[in-house]
Amino acid sequence: MSQTFFYLTLALYSFATLAYLAYIIRTTSGLGLWANRCALAGFTAHLLSTIHRFSSSGHLPITNMHESLSFFALCIVGAYLLFERKYKATILGAFIVPIALILVIYSSAFPTVIRDLNPALKSNWLGIHTIMAFVSYAMFTIAFGAAVAYLIQQYFLKKKRLGALFQKLPSLNTLDEISYRCLTIGFPLLTIAIISGAIWAEKAWGTYWSWDPKETWSLITWFIFAALLHSRLTTGWRGQRASLLTIAGFLIMLFTFIGVNLWLPGLHAYK
Amino acid sequence: MNIIVVGLSHKTATVGIREKVAFSANQIEKPLKELLALEGIIEGVIVSTCNRVEIYATTRDIAGGIARIKRFMAEYHHLAFAELEPHLYSYHAESAIRHVFRVASSLDSMVVGEPQILGQIKTSYGYAAEYKSSGIILNRFLHKAFSVAKRVRTETKIASSAVSVAFAAVELAKKILGDLSDKIVMLIGAGEMCELAAKHFLNSGAKGVMVTNRTFERAERLAEEFSGEAIRFEELFEHLHRADIVLSSTGAPHCIIGPKDAEEVIKKRRFKPVFFIDIAVPRDIDPKVDDVENAYLFTVDHLQEIVQSNLAQRSLEAEKAEEIVTQEIGQFHKWLSTLEVTPTIVALRGHFDEIRRTELDKTISNWKELPPGAEKRLEGLTMAIMNKLLHTPTSLLKQAGQGGRVDLYVDAVRQLFDLESPLHDTEELELEE
Repeated sequence: MSQTFFYLTLALYSFATLAYLAYIIRTTSGLGLWANRCALAGFTAHLLSTIHRFSSSGHLPITNMHESLSFFALCIVGAYLLFERKYKATILGAFIVPIALILVIYSSAFPTVIRDLNPALKSNWLGIHTIMAFVSYAMFTIAFGAAVAYLIQQYFLKKKRLGALFQKLPSLNTLDEISYRCLTIGFPLLTIAIISGAIWAEKAWGTYWSWDPKETWSLITWFIFAALLHSRLTTGWRGQRASLLTIAGFLIMLFTFIGVNLWLPGLHAYK
Repeated sequence: MNIIVVGLSHKTATVGIREKVAFSANQIEKPLKELLALEGIIEGVIVSTCNRVEIYATTRDIAGGIARIKRFMAEYHHLAFAELEPHLYSYHAESAIRHVFRVASSLDSMVVGEPQILGQIKTSYGYAAEYKSSGIILNRFLHKAFSVAKRVRTETKIASSAVSVAFAAVELAKKILGDLSDKIVMLIGAGEMCELAAKHFLNSGAKGVMVTNRTFERAERLAEEFSGEAIRFEELFEHLHRADIVLSSTGAPHCIIGPKDAEEVIKKRRFKPVFFIDIAVPRDIDPKVDDVENAYLFTVDHLQEIVQSNLAQRSLEAEKAEEIVTQEIGQFHKWLSTLEVTPTIVALRGHFDEIRRTELDKTISNWKELPPGAEKRLEGLTMAIMNKLLHTPTSLLKQAGQGGRVDLYVDAVRQLFDLESPLHDTEELELEE
């Protein structure tokens, strides 16, 4: 059954992506509304699929690449829907929902079998550590979308090309605010994820920190976002510089999450 | 019953003529009374704005009504009829309905889509209702015009984009700075456009204004007007960093603000963006300022370009609006044309019945020995004759109401049988919507 919901999710995210992308170029009224509905329906199907998998395996469905990618996408869409509602910025979906779709498609390329969890990892820390990490990743993804939109909007303003997309995108100020808000939520969560991971590592492996590639890259990600938060707070960094750093941070984060698992062997690899 | 429109507008008359025929709002009662006193004019509304003067009226006699209103407009304002006549236009029937719907929807305005005209017609209608010069038809007609205008506004984007430079600047500021309620505007130099833009910014919720000018007294005067703050010109750069929006229009022969200044100002503001608007020719703000991060410079030419493209957008939307107007005309015209059918039929039957009863009473009272039951039978007989006679005209009238030739039939029937005008003593005004 989780498979059925998974394919339903895939279909609905595809529709949502198409609608959001069409919303960039077309002014048909209601397109944005339909995009939002598709995303919401997709999210519901995705949530059901995840819950079903959770109940049949007995642990959070994040123990292999397929599950993790899918769970990441779930967090992104869920967080995005909340932001869209708060900021009334439907057009942002065109920058964020496609990412979730790609993640879901990518996840379907990995084996979906449910395996028993390594007994060493069975702990409540699993939930805290991974959920914190995934939600912070989702926040950085939305910050990334807002940052890209910011750069586009700034380009339009500097080049005096004030077309339809310019009209649809939120103000520079709003985009900057969204990206800042994501940072202030995502950064503490990432911090908690790293600390709880260390505590869990101590329990499972007997050491807080073992310079496993995942740990190293997480620390790099953490430093980038720490630097961004610091400059925003002390020197009032914003706009273009903050956007570029947000994008860099997101790419590093993506490498930490996917690249490390695929290319760098270590304790965090899904085996 | 017919609706007629007589008037002139910016399209047919210059300001010089328009101001001569304008009716002032505070003494509108007199012309309304005189209008209704004209022969054949049943209801009337006078709309007088700086761009148009129009009279809406109902009459049975289209040609006569139009001619009398034209004469009235000239005589009331003591103008030579021959001088005024070429500027006047007139409409009746469907074209009158279309004209008023278009005017109310701002499709006939100087700047298509500007919404003031609707408010002006509403005010004019308010006077007409107050002095009871509008009746059942014009009431319904104008309410319909208001609802058409509302439909046009909600279903098209005709009024959604800025078509003045000052307003375009405000829209742009919102796209850069977001909410304007905590934003400060700085005026450098004084100029009509600058002041207008500053007014727009304040109306859109900007927090405050700073004004600077080479002559400090002028700055002070302007600052007072906006309840803002006057700044000495020499101290401009000590205050510039407080401004989120900078409007410049001095007569200076060279640039006042260069990229270095902008950079410093923005650093002082902790990188909060600044929206520079340069209205001056020659320029006050170096074009290189636009290359500074978080500085956004727009010149009057840029704003003008936005206005032009918005105007083009509006004319596209205006086509959609015309379609809406066309749809609504049909509905209203149908209502207007069937309006008199039922009352005419009732009046016709009443007329026949009265004759029948009179003649019947005469016959019965002269009859010495009335056989039993005869009274009833005579009653039945005359009723049957009357019904048979009226059957064809009644059903023809009803059909005509659907076919659109109703005026002809209604007029003919009323004249042939000398019936009272069904709408003569105007029923209590029924306002809907």
